[in-house]
Amino acid sequence: MPKLLEVEDLKMNFYTYEGIVQALDRINLNVREGEILGLVGETGCGKSVTALSILRLIRPPGRIEKGKVIFRMKDRLDESKQGMNLLDQDEVFMQKVRGNEISMIFQEPSAALNPVYSIRDQVSESFLLHREKELCQKALKRIEEDIKKETFFLKKAILKMERGIYLKMIENPSSFFLKFLSFIPGVRRYNRRVLEEAKIESIEILRILGISHPEEVVMRYPHELSGGMQQRVVIAMALACNPTLLIADEPTSNLDVTIQAQILDLVRKLRQEFGSSILFITHDLGVVAEMCERVVVMYAGHIAEVAPVRSLFQKPLHPYTQGLLKSVPRPGRKDRLQSIKGSVPNLISPPSGCRFHPRCPSVMTRCSGAKPSLKEIEKNRLVACYLYHQETEKNDT
Amino acid sequence: MILETRDLKKYYPITGGIFKKEVGQVKAVDGVSLKIERGECLGLVGESGCGKTTFGKTLLRLLDPTSGHIYFDVPEEVKVRTGEKERRHDLATFKGRRLKDMRKRMQIVFQDPSSSLNPRMLIKDTVGEPLKVHGLARGLELRKRVLELLNRVGLTSDHLFRYPHEFSGGQRQRIAIARALATEPDLIVLDEPTSALDVSVQAQILNLLQDLQKQFGLTYLFITHHLLVVEYISHRIAVMYLGRIVELARTKGLFENPLHPYTQALLSAIPIPDPEVRSHRTILKGDVPSPIDPPSGCVFRTRCFMAARECKERIPDLVSLGDEHYVACHRVRSKSREPAHPSQNDVKR
Ligand SMILES: Nc1ncnc2c1ncn2[C@@H]1O[C@H](COP(=O)(O)OP(=O)(O)OP(=O)(O)O)[C@@H](O)[C@H]1O
Ligand SMILES: Nc1ncnc2c1ncn2[C@@H]1O[C@H](COP(=O)(O)OP(=O)(O)O)[C@@H](O)[C@H]1O
Ligand code: SF4
Ligand code: SF4
Ligand SMILES: [Mg+2]
Ligand SMILES: [Mg+2]
Repeated sequence: MPKLLEVEDLKMNFYTYEGIVQALDRINLNVREGEILGLVGETGCGKSVTALSILRLIRPPGRIEKGKVIFRMKDRLDESKQGMNLLDQDEVFMQKVRGNEISMIFQEPSAALNPVYSIRDQVSESFLLHREKELCQKALKRIEEDIKKETFFLKKAILKMERGIYLKMIENPSSFFLKFLSFIPGVRRYNRRVLEEAKIESIEILRILGISHPEEVVMRYPHELSGGMQQRVVIAMALACNPTLLIADEPTSNLDVTIQAQILDLVRKLRQEFGSSILFITHDLGVVAEMCERVVVMYAGHIAEVAPVRSLFQKPLHPYTQGLLKSVPRPGRKDRLQSIKGSVPNLISPPSGCRFHPRCPSVMTRCSGAKPSLKEIEKNRLVACYLYHQETEKNDT
Repeated sequence: MILETRDLKKYYPITGGIFKKEVGQVKAVDGVSLKIERGECLGLVGESGCGKTTFGKTLLRLLDPTSGHIYFDVPEEVKVRTGEKERRHDLATFKGRRLKDMRKRMQIVFQDPSSSLNPRMLIKDTVGEPLKVHGLARGLELRKRVLELLNRVGLTSDHLFRYPHEFSGGQRQRIAIARALATEPDLIVLDEPTSALDVSVQAQILNLLQDLQKQFGLTYLFITHHLLVVEYISHRIAVMYLGRIVELARTKGLFENPLHPYTQALLSAIPIPDPEVRSHRTILKGDVPSPIDPPSGCVFRTRCFMAARECKERIPDLVSLGDEHYVACHRVRSKSREPAHPSQNDVKR
């Protein structure tokens, strides 16, 4: 499968008061077209930071030090079709990418919603921002229908004028003519038909997302909805622009299991329907097993292992993955859990070499020296561990 | 039996208007009758807001019950020592000294170890505080006991003179457990003790809790929303929904043969950490209703795929179906006659 997104040798730091947090170091991963790629790891291992780096949403004191984020777009933004490095683009370009091409769903739905606007306003806004042209076309179609139906000549003339405006809008939505119109009383609200279309679309998408009585729900405000419903609204906003890549950062971690089941089921259906690729971030190995085709395992800002989901659970290679799988309770099993000793290190002074070495049961002398590189040792299986190969990462220069 | 609640209720008042008049009630715990056996780990599961924490706190009288009884059984030797005559105490009626004495026998560990520990207190003082408050140890003896407690949870004398923020989440939870053990309680309520921890650390804490239980014959009420954790650690499990217990059974019985429709849906919703298992899933519609105005009759009926007319009219009692299996559902007994067909809600994957 062709690669949609490639992250190469990404390194990023946070320059905090206590010291430099080396949050990501040489992250390499790719998302293939149409797949759900899982990104798992424990708290603080850099999952969210990876997602934010891809979208260039890292704020100071954070800084991306080096690396590439190559993205192949569906749109005409990318003429070469070769993919472009998002890290080289300016903010204006990135704003088009965010939303139009890559959407993100966050862990905390209430943080993604504005408390003072109704659900309708917020979902419509996403549609207006990213699909205005499509909405204009729909509105135009409706005008044509109205013209056909209308018998009174004066009204017909007004409708025809309206048609003219909409044709202009489709041609060039930011033209001077339209800006001029918005100052004239009477025609100022020329775009009301587009707003109307956005409203219809919003209700429709919420219905697809399994919200009953969406007409009534859209009138409410975020705090009047439960967590599960809020998360659906956030998903609706993310899907409104039909993204090529959807990044879901722990979308169900704060929800109850029965609601989580609804949302996971939904995401699976949406993938089939909309054909988006998904980067699914979670710390729950159960969710990974259910949702993903391939998995990237992260540990303390490094990538430990990449594998197809079945082989990962059948035969985990990296000692960290092995430990993680042994420490989850499983249905029907009462034998003692095996835990990993110690805890996740502080990334201000991360362990040298393989960052897992202070906790690793198979640690060798060389492990604390240089970092093992992430190497493909079987088809589709990459691992960064000296038990499987001897290649070290070249030093930074 | 170490503790038994009878029809325990805890309603929170909702106040409104300028005179703070009571305008309604949140029925957080609505008539729970539950027995906890000495030496067992009873799991209490349910979704967010169903009243688990409220129940746990009410048991320890950290909250005052609205009505109902909490019978606490004092071990024989203590009764002899203190000269208590009654066999049972209704904790719900206790006040002052007596309440303080009883509290010594019951402790609670909360979900978030960082907010339950005082950030400005050294670890030795945090762990030693309950000993001081109850006058159990002083001076050198106190030092010795604190160190002993820390050793029990896998910490050392190096940690005595440090502050909570210097520890990881897992270590802080160990400190909270050491503190709970200080008064040598009979019963410990564990309110989501591992929910804020990473899986690898969660396993350490679960193992520690199991070891401590065996070593000191502790009784646990283990509150969680994580079903695989509760399956691993509990002997019996109570399933709670909107302030009521809907099913109670031994762990194996519950997981192999869940009878209440809610339990069935809950169990089928667990993401299984094994890609080979593709379970048959019952997806519930909608959300948990508000506990301010719960549905009439069976509280689960708004989401139940088996609901019938009678469910609206009568509240089902928790009845025994033999083999220590209790269910509160009108339609479970008649199941043999009318097989349930949750077909329209079933999603094959
Ligand atoms: N101090 C309070 N005043 C009013 N209502 C409260 C108060 N504390 C809890 N509630 C309500 O009581 C119900 C039960 O709350 P409780 O905290 O016991 O739930 P829980 O099962 O522990 O949930 P979680 O899994 O989220 O911890 C909820 O509806 C909650 O909103
Ligand atoms: N704004 C920030 N300032 C300083 N450090 C940060 C910031 N955001 C994240 N970090 C650090 O970066 C690392 C990775 O964090 P994150 O990506 O949020 O982890 P997770 O895998 O849980 O999503 C952690 O060590 C965290 O403390
Ligand atoms: S490189 Fe060494 S320390 Fe790291 S996981 Fe492999 S064996 Fe363990
Ligand atoms: S009593 Fe009725 S509504 Fe309640 S769980 Fe049983 S079948 Fe469902
Ligand atoms: Mg995160
Ligand atoms: Mg709680």
